[in-house]
This record gives sequence, C-alpha cells and structure tokens, in this order.
Amino acid sequence: MAEFEKANSVGEWFDQRLNTSGFWRVMMTEYWIPKNINFLWAMGALLAMMFTLLLVTGIFLLMYYKPDVNMAFDSVNYTIMQEVAYGWLFRNIHGVGASVVFLIIYIHMFTGIYYGSYKKGREMIWLSGMLLFVTFSAEGFSGYMLPWGQMSYWAAYVITEIFGGIPFIGDELVIWIRGNFYVSDATLTRFFMLHVLLIPMAILGAIVFHFYTLRFPHVNNEEGEFFDYKEESEKYLKGDKAHSKVIAFWPDFLSKDFMVITIFMIFFFYLVFYNNDFAMDPVNFDKADGMKTPAHIYPEWYFLWSYEVLRGFFFDIAGISGKSLGLMAFGFAQAIFMLLPWLDRSPMVKPANQRPIFKYWFWFLMADLFILTIFGKLPPTGANAWVGFASSVTFLVLFIALPFLTKIEAKIAGGK
Amino acid sequence: MINESRRGFMGKAFGAVAAVGAVGSLVAMKKTWDPLPSVMAAGFTTVDVSKLSDNKLEIAKWQGKPIFLLRFAADMPAVEKRSVKVGEHYYSIMIGLCTHLGCIPAYRDATHDFKCACHGGEFTAAGVHTFGPPPRPLDIPPFSIKDENTIVLGEAGPEYKALIASLSTDSNIA
Repeated sequence: MAEFEKANSVGEWFDQRLNTSGFWRVMMTEYWIPKNINFLWAMGALLAMMFTLLLVTGIFLLMYYKPDVNMAFDSVNYTIMQEVAYGWLFRNIHGVGASVVFLIIYIHMFTGIYYGSYKKGREMIWLSGMLLFVTFSAEGFSGYMLPWGQMSYWAAYVITEIFGGIPFIGDELVIWIRGNFYVSDATLTRFFMLHVLLIPMAILGAIVFHFYTLRFPHVNNEEGEFFDYKEESEKYLKGDKAHSKVIAFWPDFLSKDFMVITIFMIFFFYLVFYNNDFAMDPVNFDKADGMKTPAHIYPEWYFLWSYEVLRGFFFDIAGISGKSLGLMAFGFAQAIFMLLPWLDRSPMVKPANQRPIFKYWFWFLMADLFILTIFGKLPPTGANAWVGFASSVTFLVLFIALPFLTKIEAKIAGGK
Repeated sequence: MINESRRGFMGKAFGAVAAVGAVGSLVAMKKTWDPLPSVMAAGFTTVDVSKLSDNKLEIAKWQGKPIFLLRFAADMPAVEKRSVKVGEHYYSIMIGLCTHLGCIPAYRDATHDFKCACHGGEFTAAGVHTFGPPPRPLDIPPFSIKDENTIVLGEAGPEYKALIASLSTDSNIA
C-alpha cells in the first residue's frame, strides 16, 4: 500500500484517497468548450436538469401509484391528485416535464442538424443522442399507460398493435408483448416495470455514454470551425483568455447554462402551476375501457409527426396494402435520423444558412414536420387524409434525396 | 506455453458454461413474458341471438375482444361468404376491431356501415372494408351454432369451418 501523509483537511483526506482534485480538473476546469457558441448550446445541461426533475418526481409518485388495472386509475386521480399532500404538484411536474422534455430534445436535435454537429468525427455523439431519443420515447410511451385512462389504454392498444405488422411472427408477437390477447393487467405491470426500472437504467447509461462521446471530438461551435484544442487550452491556462478560442466547462460554460436553466425553470413552473392542461388530456380522465374506443385517438404532441407518417398511407399502392406501406414508412421515419451522418455526403461542417443547398433541405424538413404534427392531431378524413399523405411522402422523399443533394452541394462548394 | 494453453482452456470452458447459461436465461425470460395459462385458456362465450333486433348492433365480449353481432333487416342483403344464417335471420358475427390498428369502429345504422374514428377506415354491415387503411375485412371469430337462438364463440362449428374454407379458396377476397 502507498504511504499516506496525515491529511490537513477533509478535502485533502478525500483527495489522497480518491484524487478528487484530479477528477475535478479533468471533468470540469480543464474540460474545454469552444467560446463561439450561443444559448442553444445550453440545451444539454437543461435536459440533464429535466431528467433529474422527472426522476425525483417519479420516485415520489412511485410511493402511491398502484400498477393494477383495478387500482391504477384511482391511485393517480384520487390518491395522488387529491389525498397526498403536494401529490398534485409531483404529478403535474412529472406530466408537464415529460411533455416539455421532448420540446427541449427536439430543439437540441435540430440544433445539431442545423450546425452539422453529427459528422466528421462527431458521428458517435449523434448516434448516442438518437439512442437517448429512442429510450426517452419508450419511457414516454410506457409512462403514458400508467394512469390507466382511456387514452392510456387505447394508445397502448394501437402502438402494441403496430408490431402485428411484422411478417410471420406479428400476431404472436403482439400477444407476447401484451401478455394477453388484449391490453390487460399483465400489460400494465410489465410496462410499469419498464417505465420505473429498465428504461430509466438504460437512459442513465446512455446519458453517461453521450457525455463521453463528446470528450474527444469536442462540442461543435457556431461556425463549424476546427481548431487545435491543445494550443487554445494552453493559451487559456497561461491566462490569455481573451485570445483563446476555448473556455472551461466549469466555471465558464456551466455558469451560462445556469442562467438559461433559471429562465427556463420560471417558464416551466408557470406551466406546471397555471397552464398544465396541455399535458393532461381530458379523455384520459375517463377510466380505461377495452370495449369503448374514444371518438378520436391521438398520441401526445411529440409523437404526432411519426403517427401521421404511419397513417398517411391510407390506400393500397402497387398491390401493397395501405397498412403495410404505413408501417414501412413509420419504420423508416424511426430509423432514418440515425443514418443522418452518412446521408449527408457534403464534407461541409457549417450552419445550414451558409450551405447552398442544405439550407433549403433543412427548412423544408422543419416545415414538413410542422405540417405532419398539425395534421397528426386532426381527424383523418377528407382533405386531411390527403394532406397527411402528401406530407408523409415529402418526408420520405426529403431523406431519400439528401445524399444526392449534398453530393451536388459538395461539388458547388469545391470540396471545402 | 503451458500457462497459455491452460488459460485458453479456462477461457473456453468459461465461454461454454456462459453460453449455456445465456441461452437458458433467454428462454426463461421469453417464457416469463408469455401469456399465463389462465389467459390462454380464456374460454367460450355463449350468446343468445333471440335478444337481437334488426339493424341494431350488439357487442359481446370474447377473450377480451368486442364481438359485433348484427341482425340484418329485411332490406339489407345477405353477403356471400360473410353473413351467417341462424334460425330465420342473417347475422354478421365479427371481431369488432378495425383490421388496421385495432380500434373499435362505430356502427351507423342509417347508412348500414361501420366507421373507425382512429384512421378513418370504413366497413359495410357485413364487415367488408370500403375505405381507408384497413387491409382486410373484419375478422370472423370461431363460432358454432347450437340451436336457432344460441351460438358459442370460441368453438369452431361446421358453419364456421365452411366459411373459412370458402375464404381460403378465394385468394382475392379484398
């Protein structure tokens, strides 16, 4: 065993045993962030904050929630909402937080797409981020089932039914996932397990991995500039902070993040206290009834765009049923964002507005996702069905065209 | 050399034991998620059709699924390979779940058709899809006719087998 001197302070005692000062230096004061960034770079810290909030409120809800078809609805709407002191607060934070976290995820994701932060060495950042998007989606879906209202039940029914479209094993797979022929007690308890244990553990692991993927390629900056981090950090350490292109993660970068978090939290708690209806669908205050479909089923706002892609194909094309086409398009929509680093064939790492062709593609995509989201909530009848079809096809075409468009862009830019 | 071959053997032995353990665990985990025997045995539903009236949809429950029971009125023509004759009347006996994604379509008695609110699918009174994403007509559950007033759901009687046989000989039902 190594020789240990008698420590002069508690800090030193820990430092001798855990090298806390070294750890702090590597993780914080000498972890370098580019200086040339804006408030959009604070979304990561904001998401870490939101996840913590969801975790803590979830723990409190867990103490009174009962995962049983006969008790779940009342344990949420009566026990937690009315009996437990501040139970309503924890539920509102959890419900509103689940909705708002997706808003921040989308901002974070489209910031990455806009600034080209997914290529030239940053592929793993993008992939681990998409892994988090998928696990958060699974978390959102499984959690939505727990209050056991009508929307909980029918969303669970429709989404598990999607697996029935997989060739050969589909029908058996649906029964296996549900643990019954229909969404039942077995379904509720297993999705409860997924929501409170397995998926949160996966998310925690994925968050750590996502942070780690940033370590070597470093965070992108507003101009997509590549520079020598060693050289710039040496300037900073020598005290020439004005001419260095980097700042330290702590205290420089995080103190700005805390400012953004502060402003965001005021907005967030305004929603929690005064404007939480958007996250509390009135249909879900009717208890689940497997014999009665609500007049109109729709998912939460953050799933609407992919839901619209799923139902956009409402008629057969070339002998393939509308249902199969919808499922294929839905599968495509789920997977295609993952492949973005390889679909973008242009070597340019620039904000979209400085890229001759990509800028149109980006804003077309934004507009299309906006239209898909709006029409995903509307009943799929008459002209709505056709708008849904057109915008679903546009979504597919945008991604299929991306490699060709960016190849042309690379030529225009002369391989810059 | 000797050490390395020993280490190699230990590695292979561990690998073999771990592989057997992994396969066994996966089988056990898969089976744990299977529906329970009590669920699989969920039995039969007996329906008294004498309580039905013309052009009015009744919904029975079988294996947790809604079953549409519709007695055709005189002005509603029976549909070959779909309508079932029990006693004097023709009936639709169908699983009341849209074949698209499993919502329960609503019956509109004025127009003699079903409309699914989820994704806009439409079916005739006999359950044939006429509009929207549903890929096939409403499914027909196994049934058997006991007497002129009674049918049992979940039991495949001769009438049901004849119906299914006639469907499979005609590959272009849609």
